[in-house]
Formats: sequence, structure tokens, C-alpha cells
Amino acid sequence: MDDLLREFLTETSENLSVLDLELVKLEQNPNDTALLSSIFRLMHTVKGTCGFLGLPRLEKVAHASENVLGKFRDGALEVTPAAVSLILRSLDTIKSILSVLEQTQAEPAGDDAELIDLLNAWAEGKLESAAAPVEAVAAAPAPVDAAPEPVADIAAVEAPKAAVEIEKPKAQAVVAVEDNTVKESAVAAQSIRVSVNLLESLMTTVSELVLTRNQLLQIARRHKDSEFTVPLQRLSQITSELQEGVMKTRMQPIGNAWSKLPRLIRDLSHDLGKKIDLVMLGADTELDRQVLELIKDPLTHMVRNSADHGIEMPKDRASAGKPETGKVTLNAYHEGGHILIEVSDDGKGLDIQRIRSKAVANGIATEAELDQMSEQQIYQFIFKAGFSTAQKVTAVSGRGVGMDVVRTNIEKIGGTIEFFSKPGGGSTFVIKIPLTLAIVSALIVESCGERFAIPQISVIELVRASANSEHAIERIHGTPVLRLRNRLLPLVSLERLLKLDRAETAQSKGNGAEETFIVVAQVGTYSFGILVDRVFDTEEIVVKPVAPILRNVTLFSGNTILGDGGVIMILDPNGIAAASGEAAGTDTAAAEAQNQLALAAGEKTALLVFRAGGESPKAVPLSLVARLEEIDLEKVEYTAGRPLVQYRGKLMPLVPIGGDRELAKTGRQPILVFADDDRSMGLIVEEIVDIVEDRINVQLKAEQPGLMGSAIIGGKATDVIDAGHYLSQAFGDWFGSGRTQVAAEKPKKVLVVDDSPFFRNMLTPLLSVAGYEVTSAESADQALQMQEAGVEIDVIVSDIEMPGTDGFAFAEAVRSHGRWREKPMVALTSRTSPGDLDRGRVVGFSDYVAKFDRDSLLKSLSQTLARAS
Amino acid sequence: MNEIALRKPPALAKTETRQFVTITIDGQSFGIPVLLVHDVLGPQRITRIPLAPAEVAGSLNLRGRIVTAIDIRRRLGMRPRPADAAPMSVVVEEGGELYSLLVDAVGEVLTLPESDYERHPPTMDLQWRENSTGIYRLNGQLLVVLDVSRLLAIGSRAEAA
Repeated sequence: MDDLLREFLTETSENLSVLDLELVKLEQNPNDTALLSSIFRLMHTVKGTCGFLGLPRLEKVAHASENVLGKFRDGALEVTPAAVSLILRSLDTIKSILSVLEQTQAEPAGDDAELIDLLNAWAEGKLESAAAPVEAVAAAPAPVDAAPEPVADIAAVEAPKAAVEIEKPKAQAVVAVEDNTVKESAVAAQSIRVSVNLLESLMTTVSELVLTRNQLLQIARRHKDSEFTVPLQRLSQITSELQEGVMKTRMQPIGNAWSKLPRLIRDLSHDLGKKIDLVMLGADTELDRQVLELIKDPLTHMVRNSADHGIEMPKDRASAGKPETGKVTLNAYHEGGHILIEVSDDGKGLDIQRIRSKAVANGIATEAELDQMSEQQIYQFIFKAGFSTAQKVTAVSGRGVGMDVVRTNIEKIGGTIEFFSKPGGGSTFVIKIPLTLAIVSALIVESCGERFAIPQISVIELVRASANSEHAIERIHGTPVLRLRNRLLPLVSLERLLKLDRAETAQSKGNGAEETFIVVAQVGTYSFGILVDRVFDTEEIVVKPVAPILRNVTLFSGNTILGDGGVIMILDPNGIAAASGEAAGTDTAAAEAQNQLALAAGEKTALLVFRAGGESPKAVPLSLVARLEEIDLEKVEYTAGRPLVQYRGKLMPLVPIGGDRELAKTGRQPILVFADDDRSMGLIVEEIVDIVEDRINVQLKAEQPGLMGSAIIGGKATDVIDAGHYLSQAFGDWFGSGRTQVAAEKPKKVLVVDDSPFFRNMLTPLLSVAGYEVTSAESADQALQMQEAGVEIDVIVSDIEMPGTDGFAFAEAVRSHGRWREKPMVALTSRTSPGDLDRGRVVGFSDYVAKFDRDSLLKSLSQTLARAS
Repeated sequence: MNEIALRKPPALAKTETRQFVTITIDGQSFGIPVLLVHDVLGPQRITRIPLAPAEVAGSLNLRGRIVTAIDIRRRLGMRPRPADAAPMSVVVEEGGELYSLLVDAVGEVLTLPESDYERHPPTMDLQWRENSTGIYRLNGQLLVVLDVSRLLAIGSRAEAA
């Protein structure tokens, strides 16, 4: 059976049993609104999943039930036993369909029209009066053999008759599945759902047990031939088994993350005209579910890259003496507590010259520096932000970005990524990730008599340095460095970094000064050495968070208890790298960490960074860009001096940035496509640089039309372009009446109130482009605070369903008093039933718009504003 | 003095007596409400934490849990402990975390009548006033009742004081 279907069955069976219970409770407490909401939500979920899986029959029944429940919730209908029976009956129908689904994996044929009509009639309030007679109540609970006449009759009749109709047994479709309804779902019984929290706490307990076991073993080692030895060994083994078992509960085969890749490769090879085989090895290698989720996207990205940029066209391959069919290989395997995943292709490999020139062009390194580096090091530049050697921008891949995002994602889970390439021979990514996030292997070191743990995954090698060995520490103006294989390795002294007190351990200084150990660590592409006095063993440790008092010490990622019972601090190599000067800006990881701090307060928007018309990079919110395309300049046509191109069967105007730029006659030209309904426009750019997630904080307002201003994006001063300007260049009437009206006057201020950051992010650029000035609030309460603070706005767009104060209550509050009392309000909702519309009008909303309908929203806003003024 | 004694915290008004673990630091007696105390430990191996606030003496292992040790002498601005004296630990819990208060010695548990309790005199050192709730008049000595949650709020109020 399909995994998806199996999960659906398990989940829905559970939801249904909960619904059964809750409905019975509801019958006893008809006024419990919390209970009602929860029932409504559950039914909504059932409906949603059915719709998602393409199960129309189930969806229809669930939908009709949801309608009735919605009425209950809104208080439009009273909760009566008869009504509850009706809902219960629809549950039974759903269950019976589900059990057939489980056996045959398809919805049974049949029709639930009677039930649905009945539900609809009820929802419209036509049957409400019928609820009174006791007979109806008695009849409804035996739904399987008692289906009513189609509602057409009922609609017009008075109460007693309806009751009689209900009693009359009729349906066949429902009867057919009667015996199935009684059976428990077999799939549901096979597995149980355990909350992740419980698993987490089990995992921690077991981790503690492992530590205690290690402690005991250490003690036992000191007492040879103790009577404890044998039982201790048994304890040890059982503990290991237990640990394995608990870890297994969270394990999933990596194949789950690969399931979409064959299709991806097939489509890619089709689109690109390449022949590609995908080989997947070790798909049953298991890893922690949490880790699995986090590597899914990076893996997809890398496979796509390999197929798109790595594998050559068949004729190129043939002329290079390779088989026409290229191969992308995925290989996963365990190695020493880690999972290694290799993504390799036998394509053309990465051109090291191109990386070098790109590195120089981007100012990441100078020629001289590059000459000092090994090939391996130069390859690692591809993980830097904004570093893409992809010259092509295709619809398939190569928005030309992403390896830095891949690296960041992998490092987030304590993993590392490396890249190897052989010109003409293909390239390989090797991802190394910990088996689980709970237990890590760490190197124990000592400095000034204090012990610290360094996560093993960041440690590359250990170097012993003393005055008379080949490795000697040299100093440049007091800064220690080490010559390591013809390169200078920057060194960080733990003693100095942690302000350790050498005086207390003066006795160790006698010999310590001559001999030092250097732990060579790597964070991203930055390697550095940590100076320590001694190096002990590696130990498996359980990372525990530090006490709240110590949270602001960024050099520690946690603390732990060692096998000997001592507490030890775990050093964070990222923190050390940042503290030791790497934060100055060359390394993205550190810079990102800083950005993170700076941006924590604001919301981020994904921005597309590109070059066009001038030196400084330009950016536009990614959500506004429909596609990135590359057009053949020979296909560009001119009408009335304006360049056009035929695109998807329509004429698409091309607009250059920064005035008239002569288009070349041949070659290929990257463009950004902005689309709206059936119109689209191409913005001519020189080069697409990157996609950055950042907060738009326009610092300098631009005088030049077409620019919103300048902002710091990805650490560089970037012009944020006003997409609206170019859109109206292409189509004067792009925004219809709303745009012209707005453009003529000073921009109207819109306040967007929505609890979902997604919608706030979507609406803000949308409305800004349409010429509004947008302020957003994440809750009604926040909006009301703005009102009190004296924020001036012209119109409010508010979500209805929000936690805390909902949209209706918010509108009432706004209308009741305050400076916004007269301001028009537009409601935004995913539910638009006539009842909601009425209620919205009553509380003071001027208009009501469905959430995803941006045209209606823009139209409604301009109309509302026009009416208000 | 009697007037001051009448202004008792309301929580104390009903109970006749309260129990305290008595501790000694540099000759001064302190009391910690007995219900707050998890454990009393002898001298422990304490791992120093570099870059931590000065009041944090380090961390120690209590049956597999990591406990942050607080040096009360530093917290209250007292003389540093003589190098040869090993501190005892009184382990308390605050906000789900365990803390060990490092003290010179731990005495008996005293059941003290409320009539012996009074607010601390306004002339007392500010640091002490902030970190204690009041004083019991014992035979021959005064017992300062520590306000444990204030004591552990290192960083938030300490800088201001």
C-alpha cells in the first residue's frame, strides 16, 4: 500500500475516533465552544486530507458535515441530539468508505447524495424544526440501514413529515458496507502513534543511562576481577540494545528522502535533452527522522545540480569518449557514528579556472591567495554565498544559487559537506552527518588545567608543536601562526580566548610552554588551529544545554558529564571562529551568524539579487518574480521601438533597467519574468547573482524612478528596484484603476493584520508594488496598540481567523472608538459563507475578500478607498 | 521596632512557625526555607566556567544532572573564601534548573516561631537587603533569611545594583 495512503488511514481513523467521542461530549454540553471548535477543526482536517489525496466521495461527505458544524460554531444552528446523530451518521459513512479504501485502495463506488443533501438541508436551517420529534432522534443513530429520501422532498415539508422520512430505510450503497463499519481498521491497529515528545524524553533518559554505564565501566576497569564484572557486562550490553532500540524508533531509511529523485531526474533529462541514469545505493541506510527532514532539500538541490550542470549533452559525452548516458549516483552508508552521503556524477567536473576567476571577481580571494591554496580549498569556494559558476539560468535549475544554503542547512545539524572534482571526470559531494543529534563524539582537551570538549566532527587533525620539532609556532606581532603543509594556519589560544588563569597551574607551565597541541578545526571553509596544553581521548557525550545564566557565552554550545563524573564545557567551533576574528566578514557562516542577530527583530524576505544597469547589485523580492528565463536575442522583435519576445504563445514586452540599453543582436539574455494573470513582462538583467534571505530595510531613498532605494543585502549595498515602476512601463494599465489612482496621489497606507507570517510576507510586497504603503501587525492586539500609538493609516486589511482576538472582534474594537473608527476595513478569509459575509458587515467590514485572490483584493482596496474618499 | 515587626508579609500571617536550613558563611548565619532545599552536599569537584559571570563558581555533577554553582560570598560582596576551606553545597531548584549555593558550613534545620521574625533594618547593605527577605532573632545571633530566587537572578539585577 502507498505510504501516503497508509498514513492517511491511520491518521483519519484516529481523528474519527476522537470525533466520535467529542461529538458525544458535545451532545451533553451543547454550549462548549472550545469543544465545538476542536470538532470543527478535526472535521476540517479530515476533509482537507481527503481532498489532498483525491478522494472525492469522502471529501464531499466531510465537507457537508463541516458545513453543519460551521453553523453550530457560529451559533447559527442549535446543537441538538438529532443534529449530532446526523453528524455521527456521516462519520459512520466515512468510516465505512475508509474500510473499503483500506482493502481495495480505492474509494468504493456509490453515492452519498441523500446524506449530503440531508446535511446541506440541515446546514441551511431547513431541518432545524425537524429536530424536535423524538422519533427522528431515535431513528438517526441507526444510520447504516436508515437513509432518508432525497432532500428535495424534505425541504418543503413540515417537521413531522421529515421525521417520518428519516425513519424510512432506503439506501443500498450504505448497507453494502455495514459489516465493515464495525471492524477496527487493521492498518490503524498495526502501528501506534507516539508523541515525539515522549520519544525525546525516552531518548534523553537512555542517553543518561549510557553515560552512567560508561561511568560504571570506568570504575570497574580500576578494580580487576570484581564480582561486578559479569553483571556489569550484561548491563552494558542491555543498555546498548536499549539505546539502539530507542534510536530506531526515530529512524527512517534514507530512501524516503530520495523517493522523488527518480522522477526529478527523468523530467530533467527530458527537458534538457540529456540521457541520465540515477543510481541509488544504500537506500535502506537509516537515520534520525529529524535529520532526514533537514537534508531532504539540500539533497534534491545537489542531485538537480549534478544533472543540470554536471552531466554533459550526449554528443559531448560521446566526443569525450564517455558513454552517452550519464550517471548520477547517490550512495549512503554508515561510517564511525556518522552517515556519509555521496552525490556524484560522471560529468564534466567543475572548471577550477572558473572558480578562481569568480573568486577574484567577487573579491573573496586575490590571485596571490589563490596561488597559495590547494585545489581542494579552491573547490570549497562554491559553498560561499553568491558564488555560482552556473552560467546558464534555466527554468529547471540554476536560479544559479544555493550551495551556500545547502552548506548552511547541513551545518545546522552538525554535519559537514565537501566537494571533490576531476576535470572531465565528474564531481562528488560528500555529506557527513551525525547519526543522531542527541549523542556526539567529542575530543577532550585541556588548557590551563581545565578540560573542554570539542565536537569531533569539526576536528580535522591534531598537530604537536614544540620548539625543536618540524612544527613550530611562530609569531607575527604577537599573533601565533603555524606553518602547516606550506600554508599559514591561524591559531587561537584557548587560554587567551577564554581568559583562563595560567597562574593557578603554574607548575604545568614548566614543560607546557615547550610542547603544545594544536587542534586543527574547520568551520565551513575556514580552517584554524586551537592551541591546547593536552589532548585526551575522544568520548561519546550527550549535549546538554547550559544554564540560563550562561546563555550569553557564545563560545560554548553546551555542557556534559564525562565518564569520570566530571562536568565539562563543550566548545562551539563556530563561536570560536567568530570570536577569533573570522567575523570580520570573509566567512559566510560567521557573517550569517551576525546577520542573524541583526535581523532577529525583523522579518525576512527572499530577495533575488542581480546585476543590471550599473555596478551596484540590485534586488527585487523573489515572491514577485514568476520565473527566471533566458531568451535568445535573435528572437527579440521590435514594435514601435520597444523590444518584445514571443513567450508561451503571447507577446511579452522586454523592459531594460536604467533607461534604454541597446540589446545585442545575438546571444542569450537572462530576464526576470513578472506575471499577472495572462500578462507577463520581462525585465532585462545582465546577470542573476543570488537569492538571499534578508530583511528589506531601505536606508537611502532613491531619487531615480524605478528604484525603491538602497539597502544592505547580504552585506553589500544593493539597490532595491521598484518592480511596479517597470510593470507600468510595460503595461500602462497593469494595476488597473487602482494603480493610476494611487500613483496620482500620495500613497495610501494599508495596515495588514494577519497572524500568519506567510501571508504578511506575501501581501506586503504585493501591496507595495501596487503602490500602497504597507504596515503589518501580527495580531489584532498589536494593531490596536498601533492605533493607540497614533499610527495613521487609510485602510485596514484584516484576517478573520486569528488566535486571541479574531477579525470580527478586532473590527468591533476598531469601530467602537479611536482614530481608526471611520477607516474602511477589508476582511480577508479562507472561508466565505454568506453567514460570514453578513457577520462581517454587521461588525463593520466594508468588504470581504477570499485569501488567495489577489486581484479581488487589489480591486476591493481601490474601490473601498474610492468610496471612503 | 515593634511597629516594624507588625508589617509581616501576608504569607506568614497564618503559619505559626517556619523551618529553615541554617548555613554559615564567614561567621554569619543564614537561613534557606527548608522546602526549597533539594540536597546538601559535601565538598564537590567543581568545573570552572570561563567567561561566566563572577558569581558563577562553576558547575558540578549531581547524580547525572548538571548543577550551576553560585558563590554566595561573591554574590553578597563578602570576603573571598580562604583557599584551604572547601565549600559545602546547598542545592536548590529554580525554574527547572538546579543551582548549588556554595557555603562554608551547613547547620541544623531550625523551626522558628514567627514572633522572632522581622524585616531587615533599612540600614543594612543594599546587596544584602535585595537578596534576603528578613531576619530571625535567635539566641545569641541573627539569622538572615535568603531570598533564593533573587539570589539566582544573576545578571538581571546584579548589574543594576
